[in-house]
Amino acid sequence: MFQVFLCILKRDLTLALRRRTDVLTTLFFFVIVVSLFPLGVGSERELLRLLGPGVVWVAALLASMLALERLFAADYDDGTLEQLLLAGQPLSLLALAKITAHWLLTGLPLVFIAPLMAMQYALEPVAIGVMMASLAIGTPVLSLLGAIGAALTLGLRGGGILLSLLILPLYIPVLVYGAGAVGVSVIEIADTQPYFYLLGAFLLAGLVLAPPATAAALRISLE
Amino acid sequence: MTINWFKYASPAAFYPIAGRLVPVFSIAALGLVLFSLYWGFFETPERLGGSNPQKEYYRIIFVHVPSAWMSMWLYLVLAAWSGIGLVFNTRLSFMMANAIAPTGAIFTFIALWTGAFWGRPSWGTYWDWDPRLTSELILFFMYIGFMALHSAIDDSRRADRAAALLAIVGLVMLPVIYWSINCPDPNNCAALHQRSSLTQIESNILTAMLTMTLGFWLYSFATAFARLQGIILTRELESAWVRDMVSGPTPAASGG
Amino acid sequence: MIEFFNQGGYAFFVWGAFGMTFLLLIAEILLLRQSRRTILTRVGRLARLRAQQPQPAEPASPQPEHQT
Repeated sequence: MFQVFLCILKRDLTLALRRRTDVLTTLFFFVIVVSLFPLGVGSERELLRLLGPGVVWVAALLASMLALERLFAADYDDGTLEQLLLAGQPLSLLALAKITAHWLLTGLPLVFIAPLMAMQYALEPVAIGVMMASLAIGTPVLSLLGAIGAALTLGLRGGGILLSLLILPLYIPVLVYGAGAVGVSVIEIADTQPYFYLLGAFLLAGLVLAPPATAAALRISLE
Repeated sequence: MTINWFKYASPAAFYPIAGRLVPVFSIAALGLVLFSLYWGFFETPERLGGSNPQKEYYRIIFVHVPSAWMSMWLYLVLAAWSGIGLVFNTRLSFMMANAIAPTGAIFTFIALWTGAFWGRPSWGTYWDWDPRLTSELILFFMYIGFMALHSAIDDSRRADRAAALLAIVGLVMLPVIYWSINCPDPNNCAALHQRSSLTQIESNILTAMLTMTLGFWLYSFATAFARLQGIILTRELESAWVRDMVSGPTPAASGG
Repeated sequence: MIEFFNQGGYAFFVWGAFGMTFLLLIAEILLLRQSRRTILTRVGRLARLRAQQPQPAEPASPQPEHQT
C-alpha cells in the first residue's frame, strides 16, 4: 500500500519537474504579493514589522490556493483520474499522495523563500525562524483542506474563483495561529509553544480527515 | 405507532403536504412577529440601567439576537439534511437543504446589518472585529459558498451531493473557526468565557426576544417549504404527477 | 406619536435595523411568490403543449434549473 503512495508521489513530482513554470509561478506570485504591500502601506519599519507576519501568511494562503486548481485538473482532463478511481486501491491513499506531491511543490518552496520575505519586513531572526516553522506545519494543512475544495469544483467553469470562495473561510484557523505565532515570537519566544501545538493538531486532524473527504468529493465529481 | 417516514421522502408525496403547511406557518409567524413587535416597543422600558446601560437603541436586539440564532440553527439544519441525504440517498433531503440555504443567508445578513446598527450607538463604530460578529461574517461566507457551488454545477445530482459534502465539511470546520476567532492568543483565552447575559434580562425584554425568535423560526419553515415546492416542481417538470396536477388526470388521452 | 418614532434620538439606528430586517423578509416572500408563478406558468405551458400533441416524439429538453 505504501508503494502505491510512493508511486503516485513519484509520478506527480516527475510530471511537475518536467513543467517547472507551474511551480515557479506559484513561488513568484507569493513574492510579488508580499512585495506589493510596502508599496501600498508605506515603508515605515515599525508598521512593516507589525504587518509582516499577517501579510506573509495571507500571501501564502493565496499562493497555495491558486495552485490548488491544478491539483486534479490535468489528471481529470486526460482521464487519469478515472483510471485511478478504478484502480482498486483506496482512493483516500491516492488523494493523500497527490496532496503530498502538491505540498512538496507549492508549500515547501514557500517555507524556504519566507526568510527573504521576512527581511523585507524587518523581522528579527527569531521571528524568521518561527515563521519558517509555522509555515512548514501550516501549509500542509492548507493543501489538505484545499484538496477537498479542488475535488468538489473539478471541471467546473470558473472553478478557480469558486474554489477561493469555498476554501478561504476554512483557512482562517491556520491563518490566525500561524500569523499569531510569528507575532508573539517578537515579544516572548516561549509563548509560541501553544500555537505550534494547535497547528500540529490541525495537521494531524487534517491528515486523518481530509483524504477521505477528498476521496468522497472525487467520487461525487466523477460519477 | 410506526409511520413509514420514507413514504414522505418522495418529492411527489411531500409536495402537497408542503403546500398545506406553508399557509399555516406563515400565519403563525406573522402573528408572533406582530405580537413581538408590539411587546418590544410598548411593554418594555425606554432604556436599560444596571451594569450595561443602554438607551432606546437596545431594542435592536429584538431582531438582532433572533436572526443571529436562526442563522446558526438553520446552518445546523442544512448540514443535517445534507448528511441525511448523503447517507440515505434521498433526493428530498438535498432539496430541503437547498430550500433552507437562502433563508439562512438572509438571516445571517440581517444579523450583521442589525449588529452594525447596534454597534454604532453603543460602541461608536459600525464594525468591530468582535468575535461574534466576525463568526457571523464567516457563516455568511459559508452560506454563499454552499449556494455558489450548487448553482455552478449543472448536473443536479452532482450539485446536490457536492454542496452537501461542502456543508458537512463546513460544519466540522465552524467550531474550529469560531474558536480561533474567539481566542487568537492561546495563552490568554479570556474571551471564551463570555458570561451569558440572558439570566439578568428583564422578563418583558426576554418575552419580546423569544417570541420574535419563534416567529422567525416559523417564517423559516414557511419560506423553506415554499421554496421546496418550487424546487420540486422545476426538478420534476417532466414527470407524470406534475402533469396530472396541472391538467387533471387524463386516463384516456395519455398512452402510457 | 412623534416621540415614539423618534426613539429618544436613535430613530435612524432603530428604524434602520428593523426596516432592513422586514424589508429583506418581505422581499424574500415576494421573490418566492414570483418564482412560484413563473414555474407554474412553465408547467402549464408544458402541459398544454403535450395536450396538443398526443404522441410526443421526444420529451422536451429539461429547462435549466432556476432558483431564487
